[in-house]
Amino acid sequence: MEEYVLNILKGSVLTLEVALGSLLVAVVLGLLGATAKLSQNKLLNWLAGIYSTVIRGIPDLVLMLLIFYGGQILLNLLLESVGYTEYVEINPFVAGVLTIGFIYGAYMTETFRGAIMAIPKGQMEAGLAFGMSNTRVFFRITVPQMIRLALPSFTNNWLVLIKATALVSILGLPDMTMLAKQAASAARGITPMAPMLFFLFTGAIYLAFTTISLVVLKQLDKKYSMGVRRGEF
Amino acid sequence: MSIKLSVDNLHKRYGSHEVLKGVSLTANAGDVISIIGSSGSGKSTFLRCINMLERPHMGRITVAGEEMKLVTAKDGMFKAADDKQLQMMRAKLAMVFQHFNLWAHMTVLENIIEAPVNVLKVPKDEAIARARKYLDKVGLKDVEDKYPAHMSGGQQQRVAIARALAVEPEVMLFDEPTSALDPELVGEVLRVMKALAEEGRTMVVVTHEMAFAREVSNHVIFLHKGLIEEQGDPKAVLVNPKSERLQQFLKGSLK
Repeated sequence: MEEYVLNILKGSVLTLEVALGSLLVAVVLGLLGATAKLSQNKLLNWLAGIYSTVIRGIPDLVLMLLIFYGGQILLNLLLESVGYTEYVEINPFVAGVLTIGFIYGAYMTETFRGAIMAIPKGQMEAGLAFGMSNTRVFFRITVPQMIRLALPSFTNNWLVLIKATALVSILGLPDMTMLAKQAASAARGITPMAPMLFFLFTGAIYLAFTTISLVVLKQLDKKYSMGVRRGEF
Repeated sequence: MSIKLSVDNLHKRYGSHEVLKGVSLTANAGDVISIIGSSGSGKSTFLRCINMLERPHMGRITVAGEEMKLVTAKDGMFKAADDKQLQMMRAKLAMVFQHFNLWAHMTVLENIIEAPVNVLKVPKDEAIARARKYLDKVGLKDVEDKYPAHMSGGQQQRVAIARALAVEPEVMLFDEPTSALDPELVGEVLRVMKALAEEGRTMVVVTHEMAFAREVSNHVIFLHKGLIEEQGDPKAVLVNPKSERLQQFLKGSLK
């Protein structure tokens, strides 16, 4: 029994790695997407619009299968066309991180876009009026003010993202959900309660991750809410 | 006398509506120019064109002898031909806004040292010393670590003035600096502005405060529908307006 538990714990590390890796990708894509959506450039608007509409409209599972298997075929066709004949397999960890990051980047795009739009225009204008470049205004004024406004929705996205990492098991990655499932069927001979125990344990670990996240994000909210007067009832 | 700011034949339209139909202005060192006019006269737009927060369609802008390099963009409006030059010129034209626009996530001190440190590359300790000097000048004490949201409008606007002073600009632009304030807070801001005028700062002020225009500025411009209808010495222009429109405007403002 113990070795199964240890195994699941090991899987939880992979789950966390996939989640954090995906989050990084999602935040970068989200910032790019939000900037593109808010830019004056019609082509960028359109591209970002397609991205957030299409990705948010298709189930994560379908996208994951599509990108991993479809992407693999496409990549090999491309390589073949340039004369490279060996079959290339995409690393499932990289594929999982990129796919989940790509999906949640679409949600982050909307989160960041909404938050940026909620910042009074005068804040950015004052930056420009004092000689800051657009880039400096973005990183010194827009982003720090956006963080507070984006946090509630960001928190939601992150919680869903952590849970969505369970999907990487279909790519053959031994994350904790996959290991729990294996343990459950292997240990059924020892006790018929095995599936329930292992899945409860796994659920508890997810819950621990999300709870810790909430505490950390709460602190972040405090930090970025300095200088804000909240309404009181 | 050295010319600090000259704006020549500025035109600006929104779609087919022309808001500025060729407005010019010259500010010598130490001039305090008040721009008055009813809403929709184009006075704020004019001020905001000077530092390119609004993009004009035509005209020339020269700050302390340096002309802003402008080219016509695809949309027909000007854009900066040289972004670096625009940034440096904007820093020479510090602006004070109607709604203060202090950066909400920064303390008072951080607000004031931001542009000196990051745009003008002034060493941080020097910028802090400068910030304290100008906070003192606008009459604020023990506010360095406060956030803007925890201050009154009058205090915020005085911080905004200190922020503008801290870049040691050639010209200060004020965009209706007292319009968003409760009446009892207007005085403290006007007093600071009067003190700045007296020490010889060059200021261009869009205002509804006729008393300020009359007593503090040495030149007043009355804008009407995108054109200068009347201008000159405020004592003459505001006391004995020649144009009928200015007479009506002054009657309406009752001050």
